[in-house]
Amino acid sequence: MGKRIAAVAVLFCIAVGLVVFTAMDYLRSNPPTLNLAAGHRPGQPVDLTLQTVGTIGFGTHPSWVSYLTRSPDGKWVHTTLWDVPAHTLVHVTIFQYDTGGPLRNQFLGHVLGTVGGTMTLNGKTVSLIDSNAGNGVAHTFTIPTLGIDVPLAANSSTSKNLCGAAPCTPNYVHNVITFSFMSPGVGQYPWQCFLPCGLGYLYGNGGPMQSIGYMDGFMKVVS
Amino acid sequence: MADAVMSPPPAPGAVRSPGVPDGRHHFQWMIGIWLVLMAAGEPIIYFAVGPHVPPGTLTSEATGAQFDFYVLLMLALPVILGVWIYMGYAIWTWRASRGGPEPAVGPYSWGHLGVQVGWIVSTTAIVLSMFVFGTYELAAASGAGGGQGPNPLFTPTAHRILPVQVIAQQWLFTYRYPTFGGFETNQLVIPANTEIAFHVTSLDVIHDFWAYQLGVKADANPDYDNIAYAHTTNQLGNFTVRCDELCGIWHGAMYNTGQVMSVPDFTKWAASTEKELAAATKLLPPFAWTYTPDANGADGGYYPDSNDPYSNVEVYGAQKVKL
Repeated sequence: MGKRIAAVAVLFCIAVGLVVFTAMDYLRSNPPTLNLAAGHRPGQPVDLTLQTVGTIGFGTHPSWVSYLTRSPDGKWVHTTLWDVPAHTLVHVTIFQYDTGGPLRNQFLGHVLGTVGGTMTLNGKTVSLIDSNAGNGVAHTFTIPTLGIDVPLAANSSTSKNLCGAAPCTPNYVHNVITFSFMSPGVGQYPWQCFLPCGLGYLYGNGGPMQSIGYMDGFMKVVS
Repeated sequence: MADAVMSPPPAPGAVRSPGVPDGRHHFQWMIGIWLVLMAAGEPIIYFAVGPHVPPGTLTSEATGAQFDFYVLLMLALPVILGVWIYMGYAIWTWRASRGGPEPAVGPYSWGHLGVQVGWIVSTTAIVLSMFVFGTYELAAASGAGGGQGPNPLFTPTAHRILPVQVIAQQWLFTYRYPTFGGFETNQLVIPANTEIAFHVTSLDVIHDFWAYQLGVKADANPDYDNIAYAHTTNQLGNFTVRCDELCGIWHGAMYNTGQVMSVPDFTKWAASTEKELAAATKLLPPFAWTYTPDANGADGGYYPDSNDPYSNVEVYGAQKVKL
């Protein structure tokens, strides 16, 4: 009798352990972090290269819109987590492959918090985009706590060579956006897209808009 | 009378009397200890703790809230001291090792009408007085900084009111200044010694505008103009704005810092910002008290109610604040 009770107790503990392990594993599953601070020399800028795609094309949510980050060795990685050195100029290049529309709040059509308060759009200096005109805005690159906002001009939805799955190559229709900003002191800074691009979700704000690795991420500033 | 309750139990069958069988006046002892601690505690609260009670003195509403907390602290101290002193005295004096009485049964569980009535009357009086005090404080301070909806019940008497629209969205606060051309900015700047009407609304889900040091807190609901008043004092300084309604993944990062400036500095800031943002303001929708996101969901712009082809909601734009 005692052995049977002990066996049941052990099996129960194993079952509970498996459930807890699975839940914790799910909760701790994050995309990889790209360390752009490794080997950084003081005073030198760092480069951050991103792309935005209308559909990621793989993984658990292949139809979701997403950001990707280029690793120092040139590979596109499905992540929105980066480490950058503190008090350093960060040069950002974004290859924007998605279509778009009007911003929910046109205020975010401003370029804010970048060096000179501007960005370049396909080589042209820009400080403001009218998201209700032309192709509109596809996404934004925004770090609210640092006051940084960069609207990413959209491609035409009637274009014939839109990229359908990541990683996209420059052969597809795209816009190139560049800008720079100074990284602040050590800390974790959440960043996000402010154009509600979660198709099929309430007000477009669910799904990829609330998922790390898609349209949200962290910039971790390290010493 | 109270000594009867505090004294050891009478012998079985004996008639209870308000005597002092053990020769000690327990009730008087407790009152004495209570008075000594009150005499020390109330001045400490008044002089040492009081000035540091949140939320501060940047607005009349914050000052009022600080005073209210202050009064509650002063009222709470006698009650909490009374409970603790009785408990401590009883544990020490009537502990079993000193031959204390059986606590669970016997004459001590009979109750005492005088004590019961006294307790009910005094606690009722305290609660009712706090209710009257709280209601008065809410009405006298134009809503005490709370959101009152589009048709506020408690309105300020000031002749000049600066309207500031607070626009919440996942996950950012922005601010529009309708009396300065309707420009929109992510900086909340307000002048000192001025009545401010915060018109709080949302472009998506429910948020909450909590300007902590201003003593202002109002829900931000889509399609709803929630008005909260605050009268800034002469004090200048910064304050924190936080979202206080769980609104999604970056709720915890939905905050920024505002500033109370002198009136000349504010006028200068507003004029220069209006000029600096003139090109961007032209791209904004016309100023309205609420904005309705595109009902199509994704990629929705924001529109004044009257302009949104998808919206059939009530227009609150008629609700004007006298300037």
